This record gives sequence, structure tokens and C-alpha cells, in this order.
Amino acid sequence: MYFDLTDEQQAIKSTAHDFLASRFKSERLREIAASDDGFDVAGWTEMAELGWTGLAVPEEWGGQGLGIVELAVLFEEMGYALAPSPLFSNTIAGLALTLCGSDDLRERYLRPLAAGEVRGTPALWDAGSPATPGGFTMEAKPDGDGVILDGEKILVPDAASADFFLVASSDGKRHLVERGADGLTVTAEPAIDPTRRFSSVRFDGVRVAAADTLPGAEADYYPVFFRLCVALAAESTGIAQRTMEMAVAYAKDRQQFGRPIGAYQAVSHRCAQMLLETENARSAVYGAAWAADAEPESLPLAASTAKAYASDAGWRVPDASIQVHGGIGFTWEHDLHFFLKRGRSNAAIFGDAKWHRERVADAVLSRAAEPVSA
Amino acid sequence: MDLTLSPSEQQFRDEVRAWIEANHPGPEPEAGLDEVMAFRREWQLKLHAAGWAGISWPKEYGGRGATLIEQAIFVGEAARQEAPSPANVLGLAMGGPVVIAHGTDAQKQRYLEPILTGDEIWCQGFSEPESGSDLASLKTRAVKDGDEWVVSGQKVWTTFAQYAKWCMLVARTDPDAPKHKGLTYFLMDMEQPGVEAKPLVQITGEGEFNEVFMDEARIPDANVVGGVGNGWGVAITTLMNERAGLAFGAIAQIQNSLTGLARLAGEVRLNGGTAAEDTYFRQRIAQLHIEAETMRLNAYRGLTKTMQSGIPGPEGSLGKWQWADINQDLTELALEIEGAYAPLARGGENAIDNGAWQYGFLRSRANSIEGGTTDILKNIIAERVLGLPRLR
Repeated sequence: MYFDLTDEQQAIKSTAHDFLASRFKSERLREIAASDDGFDVAGWTEMAELGWTGLAVPEEWGGQGLGIVELAVLFEEMGYALAPSPLFSNTIAGLALTLCGSDDLRERYLRPLAAGEVRGTPALWDAGSPATPGGFTMEAKPDGDGVILDGEKILVPDAASADFFLVASSDGKRHLVERGADGLTVTAEPAIDPTRRFSSVRFDGVRVAAADTLPGAEADYYPVFFRLCVALAAESTGIAQRTMEMAVAYAKDRQQFGRPIGAYQAVSHRCAQMLLETENARSAVYGAAWAADAEPESLPLAASTAKAYASDAGWRVPDASIQVHGGIGFTWEHDLHFFLKRGRSNAAIFGDAKWHRERVADAVLSRAAEPVSA
Repeated sequence: MDLTLSPSEQQFRDEVRAWIEANHPGPEPEAGLDEVMAFRREWQLKLHAAGWAGISWPKEYGGRGATLIEQAIFVGEAARQEAPSPANVLGLAMGGPVVIAHGTDAQKQRYLEPILTGDEIWCQGFSEPESGSDLASLKTRAVKDGDEWVVSGQKVWTTFAQYAKWCMLVARTDPDAPKHKGLTYFLMDMEQPGVEAKPLVQITGEGEFNEVFMDEARIPDANVVGGVGNGWGVAITTLMNERAGLAFGAIAQIQNSLTGLARLAGEVRLNGGTAAEDTYFRQRIAQLHIEAETMRLNAYRGLTKTMQSGIPGPEGSLGKWQWADINQDLTELALEIEGAYAPLARGGENAIDNGAWQYGFLRSRANSIEGGTTDILKNIIAERVLGLPRLR
């Protein structure tokens, strides 16, 4: 029994912490947030040089071959810095190709993805659908030895900087479609969080060759889904940690009625609550990350536990931090709103807290769980 | 990172599990507290004979010298199997460790063995009517008279004082010193004319705790622990010991309750199905499981940290706070699931589960008060973990 980071994991954490702190200072974050495509090329190149694009990609495909604990460590720091980067969506594409791809696809796409030369993103949810995991409606119509895709995918993260999409169809398959494919149109969606963009992607008779459909079946994507939930929950934990620290620092500094506001229990107890939620989220995340690497049979429940808890904490803690800050916390000038927006977006995607709690209820009230995929 | 038990820890868990299964005396008697205490004395003797009573105590003092993880395993397993408490729970968890840490050789010789056997029950005389969370303001006076101290004052919330031979008493020996500095820690004989314990009836109708009145009670100077004027430091050791061992028992107890709650939800019928099929109840039950899991994982993280640093940190306050919240929510949810049956208590034919959830609901109201109120724990976290300024 040893529940703490190893020295190697601690080293990844401090490298990530220091790099992200210097790379994404407030002014830079705001420039990227205000830019057209929200994509920071220089930051991406440096992350690739640090090996982050291939962190969890096996060594045989040019990655570092590290586990989900290391991935959680990295994404907690990404959240702490609120780094605007397609690294999360790219990591999902990497996991999908690793766990469900053919060797041919891995050679053509996973290897350059691990090197940071190309970027992929999932295109899962169908316009007009509830956008909860599973239940994709886009049909893959047979066309010779390939398929034809028609329809609109929404909430596609980081589409503006993606080189390829992994498109889910109603049979549970994923199809790799390059950005330049005939019949593909990307439209940016206005969204609350300017640091992670969503687009809708239209497919008008887009043809996919047989070799570009991943061989994985629907159930093969469950392990991808649960792992990405852990990474996203880790990011929300980092958001909670950072905004809690901002609240505590402000409460020590800001004076009212002749003393720091942190001396008042209405404020200090709010801060204690933020610590409780942050530590709980962190424990749930690393418990699930450990399960992904060491005890995969317990991953589904652990991942839903982590995603449900961190979904709530990831926006409640920044919200509480805004309340501690008072009026200044409500201004655009203060960075807090970016954290709130990312945290609230994270809470909604890849199964919200209610959806994941229902999975937990299924497990603990001993009924068969509904299958999921994403 | 490794969240599994090592082979030797597993072996220890199996040994504990098998021993409790073989020796479990069954449920506690439902009759009065006297019967319960007799039952617990018997159980403690069994525990002691097998070397489990002083599991955390060093071997040289008759304990097992178990590691923190072994203690966690034992407490967790005992709670999982719903084993009774030992009779002398305060002596084992607090009194013995304080004597071992701060006592003289003569005190160790005199007090430790009867704590382990349960021959002498201990109680804790800290809180007073005017000194609850602000413990250091306590007013009970001890005045030196030859080689004795003469004690007058009143203590309250003194669990099992009516059965106790010894009281861990903190009294003011120097009224002129600053409030934390004028206190001394005594071992007071409860069986003397100057001491009277009067049971207080709790909201559950039980009388576990008492008021204790001291009117010129006498304590030999040899019964001072840790030196005159050092009572505050010694008392803090006691409280740290109280908190450290409890987490894993509390977790197992919550898990038992959650299992019971799932069963209850599957049995209670609402319009059109069971409570276990109702979306609202499913969400609430799931949330409790999620919170219980974070509490369990936090405790393991804390254990790793304590094993590295050697001392439990103020983060332990988070676990106590969370336990109280979960237990209160859980028992209240059970009443909500019972719906209109919620008012019916133990003993009636129509009471669900013979009123066990009603008892749990009422008893758990104290969880955020006993052993450090949640409000005070939040202060501790704010000041000692987050470094926020003190209000006082």
C-alpha cells in the first residue's frame, strides 16, 4: 500500500508545472483566448519536444509508453495552468488508435501523432442527439469496400487545429477522416470557454476507404472512454487546485473591517470546503488512474466516480473562488472566469455528473450496467 | 503508487479476518447499558488474550506493535464484520498511549495492564459546561495540598464515567498563567467520595455520557502525567491518538451502512417500483458512494503521508468532517426512502428494520459535534492547512 506519486511521477509533475507556468502566463493565455483559432503553435511544438504528445503512446509507436497515472499527473497540471492546447483531444485520438487501431493506421497516424507532427480529435456526438456517451446515429453506408458518411457532428474539440477526425458511426465503429477530405466542413461554435474551442463538423457524402476504418468494435472503445474521463477529471482537479489557491491568497491579502477577510469564518470555511472538494477530486482521480494501469476490471466504476466528483468540484471550486474575490472576481480582467468556464464545460462533456452517478448507481444497486462507448 | 495490500499485509488481513470470524460474539444485547458493558468486557478479554487489544501499543507494554497499515486493516476488518467495541475503548485508544508517551515508569507499571484487560475502565475529563470547543478556557481547579491535589469543578460529556475507575482529567493548576500554560493532566480515581457521575440522557434516549461533579476530590501527586503545567500538550497527544486510528473503522462502518441502504432501497416500494429504481434516490445513493470512496482514498493517501513523516497531519480533520457529513446524509436518506414510515421507531411492528435507521439518524446528529465539531475542524483546516489568519 503506497498512495503517492513516485519520484519519476513527481518529476513529470514539477517539469509540467514549471513549463506551463512560464509558457501560459495570463497575458499569453488571453492572446490565445482572443485569437481566431485558439491554437498556440509554439506551445504545441514545445509540448511535443517534451514528449507529451506521445506520453501514453507505446514506445513501439514512438511514444513514451507511460501509464494513465502519468497522464493524470500531466493533465492535472494542464488544468492548473488552464493551458489552451489540443493536447487533450489529441490524447483521446492517441488512445483510440493505440487500443483500437490497425497497425497500418498506427504507422500512418499514431507514430506522427506521438511525435507531435499531426493532431487528431474525436467527432462523436450527433447534432440533435442528447450527446451522452453511446447511441451514435450517423450511419456508415457501405460503398464498395469503404463507407460513406453523411451528417453533422457537434462538440468536436479543437477541430480548428486538427489534421484528422475519428468519426463515430451508429455501428459503434470509428472512421479516420482527414481534415481535407471532400465533403467535410468545419464550423466554429460560439462557446463559453475560449480556451477550448468546439466546432460542428458536417460530413456530406464523405467517403472513407476500408483501411481508414478502425478495426475496433464498440466495446473496444470503453477502455478509451474511461481513460479519457480520468484525464479530463484530472484537468478539472487542477482547475480546482489553482482556483482554491487564488482564493486563499486573496483572502489573506484583502482587508475589510480592518482585518484580512480570510479571518472571517464565512470566508475561511468556504476555503476549507474548497480544499475538501479539491482533495476528494484528486483522490478519486488517482484512484481511477491507478486502476486503469493496475486493476482494469475496477476502472469503469472508478472512472465514473472520478468524473462525477471532479465534474462538480471542477466548477464549484472556481465559482466559490469568484465569491471569495467579490466584484473583482466577476470582471473579465480577472482570470477566474476562464477557469469557471473550462470547469463547467468539462463537467458537461463525456458524461456529466448525473450520467456518471447513474453508472455508479447501476454498479452499487446491482443491476446490469448499460454499455457505453465514446 | 500501489493501492493493493502487499503479500504480508494480505496475510495479516486474512489472519485478522479469520480470527474475528471465529471469535465474533454476535450482536450486542439490546437490553440496558450494564448488559452491553458486561458483553464488551468479555469481548475485550478475548481480544487481549489473542493480542489484539493493544494493537497499536509497543510490544514492551503488552501491545502488538502493529504498523499503521496493520492497525488500519484491523480496525477496518473489525468494523466490516460489525465486531463490538472493547469495553475500555478510551483507555486503549487514548489513556494507554498517553501513559506510554508521557508517563513515569511507575505509572506504566501501574496502569497499562488493567487497561488492556478491561479490568479498569477509563473516561476522559476534558470538556466543561463553559469550555467546549474552547477547551483551554476550562475552570476545574486543582490546588496542591501536601503530596495531594484537591480538585473541584464540573466536567461534561464524559462517556462511560459511570463505569470508569480512572479519569483522564485536565484541570487548572495555575490560574495566573496564560490559559494554555496553567493546565495539568491528572489520573483521577473515580471511586472516591468527592466524585459523582450523573448520566445525561441523549436524544436517542440512551445515557452513554455523563456530567461529573468534583467536590474536593483528592489526587496523589504521583498521578500527574507529563509534569505540572504541561496539561495542554499532553491533552493534545490524547486527541491526536483518538483521531488517528478511527478513520478506517469509520470507513468500514459507512460501507456497511451503504450496503444496508442499497438493500433498503430495493425493498421499499414506491408508486410503480422500488426506491432503487427511482432516479432521485439512485442519484443520491450514488453520490454517497462516490463521497465514501473519496473518503477511503483520502485516508489511504493520509496513511502513506503519515508513514513517511511519522506524525498525522491536520489533514486528518478533513476525514472526520467528511465522515460526519456522509453519515448524517446517509441516515437521513434512509428516512427519506422510508417516506411516511420514517416516524416509526424501534419496537413497533410496522417500523422498517425495527427502527435501526431512526436510531442512526438521531445518533449521527452528534457526529459533527463529538471529537471536534465540524465548525472547529473547518477553522483548523483554514488556519493550519491553508494558512489563513486566525480570527482570535
